[in-house]
Amino acid sequence: MSEQITLTVNGIQVSVPRGTTVAVAVLLAGAICRHSVTDEPRAPLCGMGVCYECRVKIDDVSHCRGCQTLCEHGMNVRTDD
Amino acid sequence: MTASSHDVVVVGAGIVGAACALECARRGMRVTVLDRDVIGGGSTAAGMGHIVVMDDSPAQFALTQYSRQLWNELRDDLPAEVEFERSGTIWVAADEEEMEEVRRKHSYYTSRGVNAEIVNSAELAILEPNLRRGLAGGLLVPDDGVLYPPCAASFLIERAKAQGVAIHLGKAVQQIGRGRVRLSDGREISASVVVNATGAWAPELTPGLEIRRRKGHLVITDRYPGFVRHQLVELGYLKSAHSISSDSVAFNVQPRKTGQVLIGSSRQYGAESAEVEAEITAKMLQRAQYYMPGLAQLSAIRAWAGFRPATPDKLPLIGPAPEDPATYIAAGHEGLGITTSLATGRLIADQLTGADSSIPIGPYLPSRVAQEPSHV
Amino acid sequence: MTSAGREQFDVIVVGAGPAGIAAATRAAECGARVAVVDDNPALGGQIWRGGAEKAEDMQAREWMNRFQKVGPRLFPGTRVIGQQQSGMLLAEERDVPRTLRYRTLILATGARERFLPFPGWTLPNVMGAGGLQALVKSGLPIHEKRVVVAGSGPLLLAVAAYLRRHGAEIPLICEQTSWTRLAGFGFSLISHPGKIAQGLKLKLGLGFVPFAANCWPLAAQGFDRLESVLVSRNGEKQEIACDYLACGFHLVPNNELAALLGCELRGGFVAVDDFLRTSVPAVYCAGELTGIGGVELAVVEGEIAGLAAAGDESAARALFGNHRKLQKFVSSLARAFAPREELKSLSSPETIVCRCEDVTFARMGGHASSRAAKLHTRCGMGPCQGRVCGPAMEFLFSWEAASVRPPVFPARVASLSGMETELEVESDRTTGGTR
Repeated sequence: MSEQITLTVNGIQVSVPRGTTVAVAVLLAGAICRHSVTDEPRAPLCGMGVCYECRVKIDDVSHCRGCQTLCEHGMNVRTDD
Repeated sequence: MTASSHDVVVVGAGIVGAACALECARRGMRVTVLDRDVIGGGSTAAGMGHIVVMDDSPAQFALTQYSRQLWNELRDDLPAEVEFERSGTIWVAADEEEMEEVRRKHSYYTSRGVNAEIVNSAELAILEPNLRRGLAGGLLVPDDGVLYPPCAASFLIERAKAQGVAIHLGKAVQQIGRGRVRLSDGREISASVVVNATGAWAPELTPGLEIRRRKGHLVITDRYPGFVRHQLVELGYLKSAHSISSDSVAFNVQPRKTGQVLIGSSRQYGAESAEVEAEITAKMLQRAQYYMPGLAQLSAIRAWAGFRPATPDKLPLIGPAPEDPATYIAAGHEGLGITTSLATGRLIADQLTGADSSIPIGPYLPSRVAQEPSHV
Repeated sequence: MTSAGREQFDVIVVGAGPAGIAAATRAAECGARVAVVDDNPALGGQIWRGGAEKAEDMQAREWMNRFQKVGPRLFPGTRVIGQQQSGMLLAEERDVPRTLRYRTLILATGARERFLPFPGWTLPNVMGAGGLQALVKSGLPIHEKRVVVAGSGPLLLAVAAYLRRHGAEIPLICEQTSWTRLAGFGFSLISHPGKIAQGLKLKLGLGFVPFAANCWPLAAQGFDRLESVLVSRNGEKQEIACDYLACGFHLVPNNELAALLGCELRGGFVAVDDFLRTSVPAVYCAGELTGIGGVELAVVEGEIAGLAAAGDESAARALFGNHRKLQKFVSSLARAFAPREELKSLSSPETIVCRCEDVTFARMGGHASSRAAKLHTRCGMGPCQGRVCGPAMEFLFSWEAASVRPPVFPARVASLSGMETELEVESDRTTGGTR
């Protein structure tokens, strides 16, 4: 069993195995990453840091790519802030 | 494009050319616009897009005040993609010495019908919470605005087309003069008047014009709605940005309607390539962060550079070329071309129709520069 | 050399996929001081994602072990954002800026999927084929999910096989190209027996998964996330309920850094000589950036570039024969999986093409060039910097690619401000990226 990491997504606690990316944690929390400029819901497309659809706020820094960031203990992730 | 069916051929579909074409067509002239590239693809695309009143000289004040009024009259007609916003400008004073300048500027503006309010240090912090603490205050000019220039140029071109103006893009012009335009493909067009509205490239078509390319860099961020609320310009700008000879940077940021923050500005002479230079970009951003430390953490998505068409006295050339009455110049607007485009269109059309202008045109006539080449 | 806290590498490799790993390993084996910079959190790039422990493929494990044995410095989670001056890259590790000095640079930035717009493609759970695979490798549970795999290229089969191994149900693999082109492709494989074996292995893994050529998505349907896909299959419409649509139309090179450094491009790929030197002195290029040709070609290119960059030209030359053989694969892949004309008419006027700025097909269509469209609609001006919509526009409107502006990736303002901390040696980060 790999080590579990606990973080919050929009204030809700989520536990994921070490090595999981923030983009995946957001999806596991049932959230989507962002709303587009015309307010469409958006989730990851490329999975490799290119499309910027998985942008979320991590520990108060906006526009971080969820798919290129590994989850860490106590991380505070917010979508659409 | 048949020969001699034109009253006016405008070369250059930047915002100045677009405004000239529209205004001439409104006065009943048959107008054709030519551009080697796309609408608003030169300095128009590279600039910040401020609509701002400035007072480096009485003539600059008159032109910017007049033109800003024209923009504000047009405001309700502008489509959403022009992203016009009456954000207002705050001239930021770092210290007491600059507050002196705020008071001078305030009295200059208000005595000439331009709204302006002095804000103190505490008020400034409320108006713009992301500015660093301890600034002395500033001058708020509430009726200034910002817009997205390429779409503004397109809007003017669309209006001009509705007035019957023909536009040909991707048509490079090789030579103009004496009422003739020669295209790179060898064809010739004749017209009563040819307007050279090619901005920073105007001397290539009208040799001898006192216009130099003054390179500028800009950086735009991702969307951070509310991070900046007004166009912010340091008053040190007067010292740094306007020195004629050396490279300089100044704090100048704009809130775009998209929520993006546009960060400027830099000024360089003698740079031939529009390539982004890491070093001056860094200096410009350092200056911006000195005023607005929170910028450091914002995500910058693009940097670019372009050329301002600069004249020795910082005033545009609007009127007949000194040695060719069939060529009119509408160029040399330096960093104020977006603001002053609409007034330029009016002043060109006024001269071509013999109408009285709303402001005296003497300071903008190209002949003034020809007489006294350059003062430093 | 270390002087006043500054560090210089003989060779810096950008990209830690197969080409980058091979390049760095070979250069380090020659005794060069090598660093590898990669945006991803671990070694492996896209195709070998996840590092040696997770590698399911012998070749991957071998190369990663060999890499770790010679120990080039690995900077994972670090993206190159530009060049400060010649010989000095500017990079960002999360949001901390770094400068990295090199004598020789090897670009191995790989490829990304080509995305083509169709109605509904912006719905959540419509992803790239490689995109979904990457997310599954990053922890997304896929067990018992229904995934339609669509688009074009060998990647579709690899992804379908991977997803199936991890418990997904694949109702259909939709390959847009024709049987004729596929057959032509199979034929051209006779000279590459290794590829055939690989193909067979994939096929075995795929069991009875239905595979259709002449088949492509017409629309992704659902309210706020994907519920079903409408596909065109041999001219007939078919609706398939699913949890995910994994859809990519072959690959396009990540050429932005190369373009910004001034490397000559041909048809979007970086022009190189036999030693994989680009038109810019001291800059080499290996892997998918020189032509989409798969892992084996990427590895041999990495080897050549690594050896040449480290000065062992005779060892590099010894690989030329193999390289030339594998290179033939590039054009047959490009021919077999070129997107068909019908894909140009999938979009409705209101289909979004630029996902960052939500610019529709109708708004873009009226323009004469990518530059005009960009200036007047803002397409390609968002944070992906046109990486998604750019290749789509090139295909849909036959436009040339718009020019690349710095930074290569969005970067913190502070990072572009020359306030960078020069690289410091941290012993716990030297190799492997396995923390």
